[in-house]
Amino acid sequence: MKMTHVAAAFAASLAVAAPAVAQDLHFPMLSYRTGPYAPGGIPFADGYHDYLTLLNERDGGIGGVPIRITECETAYNTERGVECYESVRGDNPLVIQPLSTGITYQLIPRVTEDHIPMLTTGYGRTSAMNGNVFHYVFNFPANYWDGASVAINYLLSQNDGSLQGKKIVLVYHNSAYGREPIRTLEILAERLGFEFLPIAVDHPGQEQGSQWLQIRRERPDYVLMWGWGVMNAVAIQEAANIRFPMENFIGIWWSGSENDVIPVGAGANGYTALTFHGIGTDYPVYQDIQQYVVDRGLAAGAGDRIGSAVYSRGVYAAMLAAEAARTAQELAGHGAITPDEMRDGMEHLNITDERLAELGLPGFSAPFQVSCANHGGPGAAMLQRWNAETQSWSLITDWINSDRELIGQLADEDSAAYAAENNIAPQCN
Amino acid sequence: MSDTVLFALEAALNGLTVGIMYSLVALGFVLIFKASGIFNFAQGVMALFAALTLVGIQTGQVPFSHLINAALGTNIHDFGFTLPAILSIPLTVGVMVLMALLIERLVLKHLVNQEPIILFMATIGLAYFLEGLGDIMWGAEVKPLDVGIPQGMSSTVDEFTYNLFGYGFYIDVLSLWALGIAAVLVTALVVFSQYTKQGRALRAVADDHQAALSVGISLRFIWVLTWSIAGIVALVAGIMWGSKSGVQFSLSLIALKALPVLILGGFTSIPGAIVGGLLIGVGEKLFDFFMQPIIGGATENWFAYMLALVFLLFRPQGLFGEKIIERV
Repeated sequence: MKMTHVAAAFAASLAVAAPAVAQDLHFPMLSYRTGPYAPGGIPFADGYHDYLTLLNERDGGIGGVPIRITECETAYNTERGVECYESVRGDNPLVIQPLSTGITYQLIPRVTEDHIPMLTTGYGRTSAMNGNVFHYVFNFPANYWDGASVAINYLLSQNDGSLQGKKIVLVYHNSAYGREPIRTLEILAERLGFEFLPIAVDHPGQEQGSQWLQIRRERPDYVLMWGWGVMNAVAIQEAANIRFPMENFIGIWWSGSENDVIPVGAGANGYTALTFHGIGTDYPVYQDIQQYVVDRGLAAGAGDRIGSAVYSRGVYAAMLAAEAARTAQELAGHGAITPDEMRDGMEHLNITDERLAELGLPGFSAPFQVSCANHGGPGAAMLQRWNAETQSWSLITDWINSDRELIGQLADEDSAAYAAENNIAPQCN
Repeated sequence: MSDTVLFALEAALNGLTVGIMYSLVALGFVLIFKASGIFNFAQGVMALFAALTLVGIQTGQVPFSHLINAALGTNIHDFGFTLPAILSIPLTVGVMVLMALLIERLVLKHLVNQEPIILFMATIGLAYFLEGLGDIMWGAEVKPLDVGIPQGMSSTVDEFTYNLFGYGFYIDVLSLWALGIAAVLVTALVVFSQYTKQGRALRAVADDHQAALSVGISLRFIWVLTWSIAGIVALVAGIMWGSKSGVQFSLSLIALKALPVLILGGFTSIPGAIVGGLLIGVGEKLFDFFMQPIIGGATENWFAYMLALVFLLFRPQGLFGEKIIERV
């Protein structure tokens, strides 16, 4: 009798504790709030979390269905990232955002097999933009090859359309992430007649003496950087030390946060970086986050990072995921969508200027439309420049398009090789 | 002189200066190992913790503010004042001494007579604890550190070498400061250990624990003293490295740079830590300079360990370490 009561109580507790499958929209977060890359991981996770909390608090979720946010710590470590994925894959995750190119590479075959969409906003495997091969992987609105191309297009605009005879150095994080743009830059160097020299920096990048002595000897016209974590601040400091003109030093979007320039002080003035979203706090959505999230004590962090570069990227990534879920609900005709339906939503995502204005993010992103074949978005980016006196970024260009013809060609080559290796028949489905 | 020779000379000079920065980290390991036979895995994290504490005190940050705000619903972050380096550094030293006291009371005291591997494991635990404590106390964001040490290219060296060779060498002023600070630090340590009562007691414990105990030297006091000095050395290393990159978690990873230095110089020798640092610094810069065109860059991380491996094969005790002879 006693055992029957215990069993009944256990069953009742299970009924209460078990997750309500498909009664909510599960957005898992693979974040990193610890380890050497935490200063970048924390604001991104906070931005992502706060935006989704805003939707819950202000709108009651998406399409009337509440959002469930879960967080798993990866410490920017690939093995832990895979473990995190394994822990959420059975819990109806609508979209995986691993926030690491290394983790992305490991998860591509897994999410494809499990039919769970993965979004790598501004990172990950570039050729995943080819939706014919990478059915469940999306990397809109821009990828690393776009970044390389946009940087070169900007330099072309600064040099009357010619980089003939110029020397361009790439300082890169010696990882899958840092090596991504090399092939694109090599091809562009061949096409445009500039000399290209890649220089690697090993993790974590605390000591870069040799690299910057080499740069000083090489006397390049421009230096591009694909860095992350402490590597960025040290590189900017070293560049300032050798008196390299900061306006000729251009970082990818992951090398363009306040963390990278503030420690350098006045020496960082003029440093330039790419961004694929708007900057600053002058967007109505941030007022809503303050009112519905921070002021109610629901912020993921201290609420003091709103509008900073990486926080804004977290908000942007969450907004794209939420918009895709909304699209998926419209297509499916019901609120509690499945990961497969979410994928359909992502393939039909349409970010317009009007919709951005409605969301409180006017002009925050270049408008774009995803399709079954194109999972990569528009590939456009802007350039921002750091003012050390006002401690702020300001945009110095409008949207600059990448060379999508070249990048499409490279993506086709790379994805065709991947398809052959993995017996994937390229098709739109 | 040919360009290659000049460039190599410049790389070697830079190697010497960065080697001193490695030595600053290695010194902390040597001090604790010499006095207590413990390989302190937490030395790198102590440098991070010291630097975090220094910035926190300097900027008047309220420790544990995130925790306090979450628990009490308050919104406090700082005291509203800032302190100059001249005051905040001694206060940080005070915190490091307090930390040494707590480590002795809460950890080491309970592990007397345990195997060295147990003590080593305890320092691994300590490292993780301090990492978390630092985050909770001061936050995980990158913090700029400015104690007034200048940075940037030394114009004097640039002009002098330009007049001499027709090519101006690049040397970071911060590295020159590190050179001076390391010299002062080592001199102070030598004077302390040779000419003070506590220093002599420390040396006695380092030579023979049992003999030192038999003449009434308190092992617990010596441990507190050693960990306090190691804490101060960690603070110096944290300041020098933190000035370069801002204070952030990666600072704790500089300990990885100290390991090959220790293998080269020996775990028990202060001069060994200095010479080992210089050898690693010069070696890695010259190796990178000559081999970069052939095998690509980013050799610094693994070269130091390769050099250490070669040393282990031929001289396992390091250049200045004590040769261990065990008779059966």
